[in-house]
Parts: sequence; C-alpha cells; structure tokens
Amino acid sequence: MVKPPVLEIAGLEKRFGDTVVLKNINLKVREGELVFVIGPSGSGKSTMLRCCNRLEEPTSGAILVEDAKITDIARRDLDKMRMKVGMVFQGFHLYPHMSVLRNVMLAQIKALKRPKDEAETRARDMLERVGLSEKADAMPSDLSGGQQQRVAIARALALDPKVMLFDEPTSALDPELVGSVLKVMKDLRREGMTMLVVSHEMAFAREAADRVIFMDGGLVVEHGSPEQIFGDPQTDRLKAFLSRVSQGAE
Amino acid sequence: MRFLDTFFDGAVMARYLPDLISAIWVTLYLAVVIVAAGLALGLALACLRTLGSKWLNVPIIIFADLGRAIPPLVVILIFYFGLPGLGITLSGQLVIVLVLGAVLAAFAEEIFWAGLTSLSAGQWEAGRATGLTFGQTLFSIALPQAVRLAIPPLVNRALAITKMTALGSVIGVKEILAVSSSAQSFSGSATPLTMAALAYLAIFIPVVIASRLIERRFSWSI
Ligand SMILES: Nc1ncnc2c1ncn2[C@@H]1O[C@H](COP(=O)(O)OP(=O)(O)O)[C@@H](O)[C@H]1O
Ligand SMILES: [Mg+2]
Repeated sequence: MVKPPVLEIAGLEKRFGDTVVLKNINLKVREGELVFVIGPSGSGKSTMLRCCNRLEEPTSGAILVEDAKITDIARRDLDKMRMKVGMVFQGFHLYPHMSVLRNVMLAQIKALKRPKDEAETRARDMLERVGLSEKADAMPSDLSGGQQQRVAIARALALDPKVMLFDEPTSALDPELVGSVLKVMKDLRREGMTMLVVSHEMAFAREAADRVIFMDGGLVVEHGSPEQIFGDPQTDRLKAFLSRVSQGAE
Repeated sequence: MRFLDTFFDGAVMARYLPDLISAIWVTLYLAVVIVAAGLALGLALACLRTLGSKWLNVPIIIFADLGRAIPPLVVILIFYFGLPGLGITLSGQLVIVLVLGAVLAAFAEEIFWAGLTSLSAGQWEAGRATGLTFGQTLFSIALPQAVRLAIPPLVNRALAITKMTALGSVIGVKEILAVSSSAQSFSGSATPLTMAALAYLAIFIPVVIASRLIERRFSWSI
C-alpha cells in the first residue's frame, strides 16, 4: 500500500521581484520517506525548503502538510503550523545565551505551551536521542559544530514535527564531524521520520535516500531512485553536476 | 599649607557639609530617574523599530538623531526659560529629568538597535521556525543578546549623561554643583568645589565598579 504524503508541494512558484527562483515545483514526500535534494548553488533548494514553513512566502502554488494547506493559513496562525515542520539550518542557529537544555525547551514552553517539567523531560529525551545527554548544561559555544547541529536537530524534534527539513546540515562542519550528524539522521530515518534533505553528501544519499531529486535553475530536472540518479543520469546538466561534485567542486 | 587652606579648609567643610549632603541626594535622585526613564524609553523605541513600520521608524529616527545632535544645555535653557512664554512652567528638576532622560533615550535607542541588528538573521529564523511568535522571538532570543552587547556602551553613555545633572546648576536645581559653587562664592574658598568633586567620585566610582560586575555577569562567549 502506498503511504499518504506527509508533505506535498504542488505547482510551487517563487519570485524575488522579477527573478523567478522556483518554477512549478511538484513533490510528494510520503510518511517515513527520506527524499534527498541535490543541485548546484543558487538552484533554489533553500528557497524551496523555506517555502515549506513559509519563512519565505510562495508566490503561487500549494504546500500541504498532512491535510493542512500551509499556503492558506493566515499569517497570524502560522506559528502553530511551523512546529509541525522541523527545520535544521546549515548554520545551526542555536541561541548562544541559553544552555543546551534551554535551547531545546524554549519553543516547547512558549509555542507548544508544554508545562516546564514535561518540556524538560522531553528535551532530555531528545538530547539522548542525538547522543548528547551529558551536554544538557553546556553552553552552545562549548560544543563542536557537529554537537551544535545535533542539538539543533533535538530542538526541532522536541516539537513532534510531522516532517523534518534539513538544509545542508553538514556543509558548515569539519569533515571529521559530518559522520556524527549523518548518523543521527540515519537513526531518525530508521525510526520512521519523514525527511526532506538538501545536501551534498552523495554517499549518504545512496545509502539512506528513498528518492533523489535534482534541481537546477529553479526546476526539478530529474527525479528518481538513488540508483537511477547516480548510476544512470539522463540529462547533461545532471551529468555535469555529478562530475563536478565528484571532483569536489560543489 | 596654602594648597590645603585653599582646597581643604576644615571650617568651610564643616559649615557646608549638611547642604552638600542634601545636594548629593538631589543628584542621586535625578540620576536614578534619568537612567531608568532613558533606558526604558530607549529600549521601547528600539523594540518598536523592529516592527519595521515606516510610520513608527521615521519619528523614532528623527528623535534619536536630534537627541544625539543637540547640546542638552540648549534644550534645557529653552524648556526652562522659553516654555513659560507659552504658559508652560516646569520646575528645574523636571526640565533636567525630561531633557537628559530624552537624550539618554536617544542614545540608548541607537545602542539597543545596533545590538538587535547585529544579530544574525538565523537567530530570528530559528525562533520563528520553531513556532515562536514575533514577540516571543524578540523577547526571548533577540533582546537578551542585544542587551548584552549594549551594556558596555550604555554604561558609558548613562554615566556621561548623569554627570550632566550638573547642568541643573544653571536653572536653579539644588544639586551638587549648584550648592557647592554658591558655597564657594559665599565663603570665598575653593573648598566646597573640592567637596563637590569628592561627592561626584563617591557617587560614580561605585557605579563604575557595579557596571564592571554587570558586564561580567551578562557575558558569555559566542
Ligand atoms: N531573499 C532573497 N532575495 C532575492 N533573491 C534571493 C533571496 N533568497 C534567495 N535568492 C536567490 O534565489 C536563488 C536561489 O537561492 P537558494 O534557494 O538559496 O539556492 P540554493 O539553496 O540552491 O543554493 C539564488 O539566485 C538567490 O540569489
Ligand atoms: Mg542553499
């Protein structure tokens, strides 16, 4: 049986002024799926993710999370919706003036209105899930980049999102720290989390992705299984991109 | 001996000490009111500015620029000697509090605003992406970081402006400088002015030390 889509992007278009950044993007991410997004810099990958929780306002098209039409929600009701869409940024963006535990508790208390003790229990569980229970009382500046990113993942997970969006989660990390973050993402996938991941970690995509989409110039140019995309690219654009990536140029 | 007689005459000191002590209270009281009102107003204006409304921002920017550009003494004299011509008479103390409070607010608004704009957009996005409202993001995430950045320049500015309470001496406010300089002309001795200098030190040295402690408490490494 085909699982229902948790995230659906239909006919998404985004312009900044006269510049068309996304053109008619269509994508379904089904429950428990990991969909991987590749493409050259400037192809619109971040903009697509940011439209999914309306950090960026889509120009036209629809975004659905489960049954809720994200694109129809009034601006002032957006906050509740955003918790359903967990987002992990390239730059972590932990709050530097709060302990790791507070970072993971803040939105639970303020946005979800969880009681404090419940939020703390949940935060500690999530920190354990990303392998950082012992860092609960540390400040973000005391952590390595890989640890900070795992805290950022815990912060998003603590809100019980329906889908997790990752925007180049390992691009800002030293190579030796990348593996710890990818491992957390693999664990999440195994536990059934629905994920949309923008990344250049092709080995990870081959191993963990259900499907891969290749974007270029604001379009989805190719779409297929990892074997198809990496083993049998159809377009010259994808072939050129893959050879640039394998030479370490992207 | 001549030096001691001129600046540290014991008899003159004893005679004017009670006056000076009440003047110290006036200066302290003015300083506290000016700092509290100026910082609160400056912070409120900086927060309003984050809303990004032109109708709010233009007046705020004009206020901040005027407040920083005009010498406070000019405004103090206008308020004290000019406004009665319009039928508005304000006490010297009220004029000092209004003008210096507003000047501090102008500087404080700019300092808080600089702190707010120095935050990376990612801090706001992280807050909003986890479902916090604009206000929650402002108060829980942006302001605490902006305030921490603002503390050293704010302390300096607040000290500079509270020392300007001495300007009250030109409009009859019985603060430290007014009382000591009238004592100086009555007694013909410079000793009251020495006492004034010591009084200012007694007030402001603890403030400087306290500010160092505050700075340390609010600092965390980024
Ligand atoms: N806020 C913005 N204003 C104007 N142009 C933008 C903005 N954000 C992104 N862009 C443009 O949109 C295009 C796609 O950007 P982005 O989604 O960040 O690409 P990617 O993540 O694939 O590198 C780029 O050409 C970028 O310059
Ligand atoms: Mg990007």
